[in-house]
Amino acid sequence: MASECFTKDHEWIRVEGGVGTVGITDHAQGQLGDVVFVEVPEPGRKVTAGEAVAVVESVKAASDVFAPVSGEILEANGELAANFALVNEDAEGKAWFFKIRLADESQLAGLMDRAAYEAFIKESH
Amino acid sequence: MGLEMSAAPGTEQSLKRTPLYDLHLALGARMVPFAGYAMPVQYPPGILKEHLHTRDKAGLFDVSHMGQASLIGPSHAGVAAALEALVPADISNLGLGRQRYTQLLTDGGGIIDDLMVTRSASAKEDGNLTLVVNASRKDVDYTHISRRLPSDVRLEPMPDRALLALQGPAAVDVLAKHSSAVAGLGFMAASSGSIGGIDCRISRSGYTGEDGFEISVAASRAADLANLLLADERVKPIGLGARDSLRLEAGLCLYGHDIDETTSPIEADLAWSIQKRRRTEGGFPGAARIQEELARGPRRRRIGLRPEGRAPAREGTEILSMLGERLGIVTSGGFGPSVSGPVAMGYVLADYASPGTPVNLMVRGKALAAEIVTLPFVPHRYARKS
Repeated sequence: MASECFTKDHEWIRVEGGVGTVGITDHAQGQLGDVVFVEVPEPGRKVTAGEAVAVVESVKAASDVFAPVSGEILEANGELAANFALVNEDAEGKAWFFKIRLADESQLAGLMDRAAYEAFIKESH
Repeated sequence: MGLEMSAAPGTEQSLKRTPLYDLHLALGARMVPFAGYAMPVQYPPGILKEHLHTRDKAGLFDVSHMGQASLIGPSHAGVAAALEALVPADISNLGLGRQRYTQLLTDGGGIIDDLMVTRSASAKEDGNLTLVVNASRKDVDYTHISRRLPSDVRLEPMPDRALLALQGPAAVDVLAKHSSAVAGLGFMAASSGSIGGIDCRISRSGYTGEDGFEISVAASRAADLANLLLADERVKPIGLGARDSLRLEAGLCLYGHDIDETTSPIEADLAWSIQKRRRTEGGFPGAARIQEELARGPRRRRIGLRPEGRAPAREGTEILSMLGERLGIVTSGGFGPSVSGPVAMGYVLADYASPGTPVNLMVRGKALAAEIVTLPFVPHRYARKS
């Protein structure tokens, strides 16, 4: 079964069999507004947790998407690269940004579960 | 990811509010700090839809944060001469009920602020000019102007007035339902009149590139006026986000970004706003530099940029020649909803300012191909009288 974690920077990661799927949260897309550009990372790139690996831009501003964990990028979402508005339509589903092979699954322990993330966004508003 | 658009908690209390603050909240606006005010950056439909609605029908903007002030002197000649000592536009030949765009200049010819100057349509009010200045520059402007006025001319800020803008192709029909004062106004003309029984000062101008109006109204009647206009189904409230993308597509400067005290009106491609007599006679701050730049051309020029592909180039992006020489910097950039792609403006060395020149923009460490283009990105649709 996949385990789902969230970062304070509003990324989600779902991990199954040592591979994580990463995107931005529905809360984040709502705050951004209409997404007009997305840049996803090249497969094969090795990244460390907290590193800027993708970009999402709204009409107003550009935001980095950070790697929630360290590892190797396995795949980027081609459908997202062709249809940026997918982020606004289905941020936590079809609009995943990339898949990453985790270097160290114990890093997940430093992230939040859904209940903790929801409490976190409530608190910061 | 970073969420730059959310206001830091606790900042709202110290912010000033416009007379439409409660209406913005009732309309579901997301409020952000802007020039010391709590302002709506967007309403529930979002920036993209608000932008396109304004170009399609009509958008209502609260611009009450801007500074409105009267310059009062003994006669039009007297007040015009006093203002001409501060700005490069011809104010003395400004007709009754006419409006002009100009800039307050430093002694070095840099831009302290850009502003609209209006002469009342009523000869009885002669000797009185109305100024509209940027919110972020109000205090600087008022101090600067007051210090340099002759003793028989005074500046009176009007903090008890709100300013609304109704912009878009339907704006004239919407207003004409409630007012007989608007249909006869041409672009950059102004008049006093009633809109649905509310006393207003109306000018046919704006900051979107569309036909439209700016309406000054007593703060106490601002919400009544806004509600009256919003009752028309063609009118939607529009936030600062779309105001910025609309003015960028229209090629209009944003103070503090595209122009500031280091840029001259000639570098900023605003020579059109300096009328012939002033070019010849000078007599405004920085005249020597400006006349020199008019004669020989400025060192750098404001230009439009169309990046290839879909990635926007934001403010601060470096502009490089195809050989890698640094040519200048992007001063405003983003996504143009009507263009349906990235658009930007910035400054480059004058030799590279010709439309069609290929350049590279350094976006996140990568060279992004772009082309210098003529501004505006979307043709102006002002109600000019031929």
